Amino acid sequence: MTQNEKKPSGVIGWIDERLPIFWFLNKELLEYPTPKNLNYMWNFGSLAGITLVVMIATGIFLAMHYTPHVDYAFNSVEHIMRDVNYGWLIRYIHMNGASIFFIIVYIHMFRGMYYGSYKRPRELLWILGVIIFLIMMATGFMGYVLPWGQMSFWGATVITNLFSVIPFFGESIVQWLWGGFSVDNPTLNRFFALHYLLPFVIIGVVCLHLVALHMFGSNNPLGVEKKKKEDTLPFHPYYTAKDLFGLGVLVTIWGFFVFFSPNFFGEPDNYIPADPLVTPQHIVPEWYYLPFYAILKSVPNKAMGVALMFSSIFILFVLPWLDTSPVKSARFRPLYKYFFWVFVIACFALGWSGGQPPEGLPVWIGRLSTTYYFAFFLVVLPLLGRYERPLPLPESISHPNLQRRKADG
Amino acid sequence: MTTKSNSQSGASRRDFLVLTTTALGAVGTASLIYPFISSMNPSADVLAMATVDIDVSPVAVGQAITVMWRGKPVFIRHRTEAEIKEARDVNMSTLIDPQADAERTTYKPEWLIVVGICTHLGCVPLGQKPSDPHGQYGGWFCPCHGSQYDTSGRVRVGPAPTNLEVPVYKFLTDTTVRIGSEI
Repeated sequence: MTQNEKKPSGVIGWIDERLPIFWFLNKELLEYPTPKNLNYMWNFGSLAGITLVVMIATGIFLAMHYTPHVDYAFNSVEHIMRDVNYGWLIRYIHMNGASIFFIIVYIHMFRGMYYGSYKRPRELLWILGVIIFLIMMATGFMGYVLPWGQMSFWGATVITNLFSVIPFFGESIVQWLWGGFSVDNPTLNRFFALHYLLPFVIIGVVCLHLVALHMFGSNNPLGVEKKKKEDTLPFHPYYTAKDLFGLGVLVTIWGFFVFFSPNFFGEPDNYIPADPLVTPQHIVPEWYYLPFYAILKSVPNKAMGVALMFSSIFILFVLPWLDTSPVKSARFRPLYKYFFWVFVIACFALGWSGGQPPEGLPVWIGRLSTTYYFAFFLVVLPLLGRYERPLPLPESISHPNLQRRKADG
Repeated sequence: MTTKSNSQSGASRRDFLVLTTTALGAVGTASLIYPFISSMNPSADVLAMATVDIDVSPVAVGQAITVMWRGKPVFIRHRTEAEIKEARDVNMSTLIDPQADAERTTYKPEWLIVVGICTHLGCVPLGQKPSDPHGQYGGWFCPCHGSQYDTSGRVRVGPAPTNLEVPVYKFLTDTTVRIGSEI
């Protein structure tokens, strides 16, 4: 380690003296001290970053062949699929990549919640992550409109109409979003422009996310801060290798969908060109919006449903202050652990109910899960900090077992 | 990291792993990049339009038509006897880019087919209409930088370096020509 302290010479030294990028890369990517006990749950940040890069790369190449016009959009996507060399491959990577991206980010978020990674001093890190998630949702939604199939069109219609519940200005805002009196060519054009722009905004927020992360470094499965050098490992080669392995697994899964089941996550109706006169029998958003869509559907009042749906996302911003327990990792929170897993189940139940026709049992499961979703944040988390008796925390990352044995004995 | 106290086999094992991982990564990246580069090549629908069939029966002797082929103008000229004679009798040593007229009109001497793009910097030369300037050699005159072509489409006055390009073509019948393919 000490030999890294001395200044590099030659061309690298010359550049470093004027623009310290090599010093920076060494400090933040190679030497960067990282808790030595990170498990595979900590792979998902780097995986999300790589997925973002792949999405941007494939997206740029798709944009070279796509035409954002109501008369040509659907056919230009078919042109990509049939005529453009490897167009099918690039589109399927991009299409499945959206689902893969959300899977990764959802796991990343659940990881943060299980191990309390949003707690002091990482509140802003968490908030920046929620901002990324919000922009991702907007980007994914607008991307889904671009092929201009039936689901594109009616999804766009339903989601933009959500804004009509805003008092007084609702109607004008919706017309402003559309650039007309219905979802039409101006809507498609601006969605394309924004779908191209927002991923670069995400990159910007990701950079802030990384700056905030590197202030205190990663949290870890024990949830106790690293104290000594013995608690850490240099990021390279230990975590570059571990992340690379995770990348291999990701690429295998992604590749499986691209090559063997490319339309697994999609809706067949989106291969029917958009028709403003016919709504599909059963319209559903992409699977990654279903939990939020279920919250919308579970309330029989338009304004309340929309308000609750947006609240379900915005509540994540205040999570660091709703959770009053000073203990980070669920390993040492005997009660939180169970409430957390029920929360995960509730999210899956919401996802399921969101994809069902809005009648009978799914509605009630949706309502029950919605109730738990909000109760978890607004009742369980504030109270648990008060009444839960956490297990004794380890003294440090390097001495977890010693402490636990003492506690047992 | 490896010091001399480490066994020799340990060091070579690490080297082997690093090398094979890097090599595999490089091959994987290259094979991933290939489809992306390939996607920018002409697509199947563009290639499908790579040939055009032209009916030249309405073109009377002394007339010329311009057709689109691969997004470029192609000059099809039904030459008069005088023009053919002029093109064939020229002293080859006076040409900038020497080529016999017979090599440029492979089907019949009266049909001259050339790509109507000046070989200097890509402008379309004038000379298709009787009212156009034809230059002093009776062919085409490029308005951009003054290149002049004769009745065989050969450059006679610079700055153009080479003759107008003769595309690949084949007369399917006496009056139908397919440009872009020899089949």
